[in-house]
Amino acid sequence: MSPQSELLKQTIAKHLKRRKRVNAFFHGLVFAATMTGVIFLVILLAKILNDGIGFLSWSFLTSFPSRFPSKAGILTALVGSVWIIGLTILIALPIGIATAIYLEEYANKKAKFYHLLTVNIANLAGVPAIVYGMLGLMVFVRILGLGNSILSGAFTLSLLILPVIIVASSEAIKAVPGSLREASFALGASKGQTVFRVVLPYALPGILTGAILAISRAMGEAAPLIMIGGAGYVGFLPDSPMDIFSALPLQIYNWTSRPQTEFQHVAAAGIIVLLTLLLTLNAIAVFIRNRYSYRMD
Amino acid sequence: MDQKKIRLYREVALKSVLAAMATVSIFTTIGIIFSLFSETFVFFQHVSIVEFFTTTIWSPSLKPQAFGVWPLVIGTTMIALGSALIAIPMGLGSAIYLSEYATKKTRRILKPILEVLAGIPSVVYGFFALTFITPLLRSLIPSTMIFNAASASIAVGVMILPLVASMSEDAMNAVPDSMRQGAYALGSTKFEVSTKVVVPAALSGIGSAFVLAISRAVGETMIVAIAAGQNPILTFNPLQSIQTMTGFMVNVALGDIEQGSIEYQTVFAVGALLFVLTFIMNLIARAIVKKNKETYA
Repeated sequence: MSPQSELLKQTIAKHLKRRKRVNAFFHGLVFAATMTGVIFLVILLAKILNDGIGFLSWSFLTSFPSRFPSKAGILTALVGSVWIIGLTILIALPIGIATAIYLEEYANKKAKFYHLLTVNIANLAGVPAIVYGMLGLMVFVRILGLGNSILSGAFTLSLLILPVIIVASSEAIKAVPGSLREASFALGASKGQTVFRVVLPYALPGILTGAILAISRAMGEAAPLIMIGGAGYVGFLPDSPMDIFSALPLQIYNWTSRPQTEFQHVAAAGIIVLLTLLLTLNAIAVFIRNRYSYRMD
Repeated sequence: MDQKKIRLYREVALKSVLAAMATVSIFTTIGIIFSLFSETFVFFQHVSIVEFFTTTIWSPSLKPQAFGVWPLVIGTTMIALGSALIAIPMGLGSAIYLSEYATKKTRRILKPILEVLAGIPSVVYGFFALTFITPLLRSLIPSTMIFNAASASIAVGVMILPLVASMSEDAMNAVPDSMRQGAYALGSTKFEVSTKVVVPAALSGIGSAFVLAISRAVGETMIVAIAAGQNPILTFNPLQSIQTMTGFMVNVALGDIEQGSIEYQTVFAVGALLFVLTFIMNLIARAIVKKNKETYA
């Protein structure tokens, strides 16, 4: 072997070694990037549990808010959230699913109206939550005269999560095999019968999974509710949709922004309640997806 | 009327009802634009649009009143850039790790964990920023103020990280395997395949993810309302207390502001500016994907 080719071989070997080292280093780097997010999550949860668990008790869940941290409870916020989310489901779900059915099953996909609808929904999905609050303040609170009520809050949050429900429902309906529709038509079913008795039942688990995720988003939103006048401190339970309200994220914000450090712990206890509810909702979504999704192979 | 006709009418009625539901999303957009711009129009009859966009003192409620919006815009920009500084490298790193390096099993575990970060309400991040990140920063750099832009930026950055990671990963997954295999056949390392083949091929999707994430940071409200302060001064120091556009809106909404007063209209003017900025960013994000859509069939 000539000395040149020996040298070349050495250079290549050295070069290869360096390239492998760079690769190993990069592997470590991207792994570290991924783990940073995970570690952040662990610290966040640990901090909240550590701060709040001591303040969590039955009386915390069943008491009204108070000026004194040790007596403060989350009942009005919890009941307010249940009211608002319940109404939001009743308002947003039918509109969202109907829109998705229209887009996927009825609309002419080459028509301008279809194009307008889809572009508009994509744009709405990018509008900041607080802007929906301005819409709610102007239209529901003022023009329709609903005031700072539960109903205003529910309408506002419904519009906020509508794009999410529409997109998720559209995806679920799209995933329904065309052969099912054809079979239904072949049996003499009308379009409406096919959509409501064949397509929808098949798409329902997917729609519900998306809807639950949208509802969890609504449950954690504070900014739009603040804009329409939701309160961080309400001393009585609402008994109609026209009553003023608090909600879990509003109450947590109110406690967080108080100067006394004890209220930080009360806030952490409130966060545990909120996160537990969100976790339950998500677990239900996963359960529905695994248990009820049909498989057509 | 015979059976056939009834059925036909029912079908037509059904389609009309569904189409009517679909228009709710269009009315939402009209409602947003009307709500924001009608009050903004009134606002600019009292305050000169030149003063709004060219002066640098923001004091809408304290005499002497001044309406230079720049302190809020710079505050928002600092949060957006600061959070991008965290979310973009970490999100892209996570995406590369999950799509190129991780085994299937690792990916199945890590991906849902990162997605949990996206599901945590922003008020919770705000709490964490104020009670954990800020004290940490203050122990590292004692001159840090209790409310500061850096702490809020970090929390916003982690919140938008999953968006960057999952959108970038989707873009990388869309790169056909044959391109990777071609590069490996030439003797490339994983690092070279990732950075010289996969990332460039997925660049439009990744760029779009970056812009969308920044737009999300601009509209983020509760974290900055809790942790960044209420101090609308023109500064570029991230350790200072600042105020963002969204932070200002929440702050005014929490106070007792008379309807029709100039402060009330200010919120709509700032909201309109926020809406326009995020709208433009969302358009850019979509344009990037559309323009560079390459098909590898």
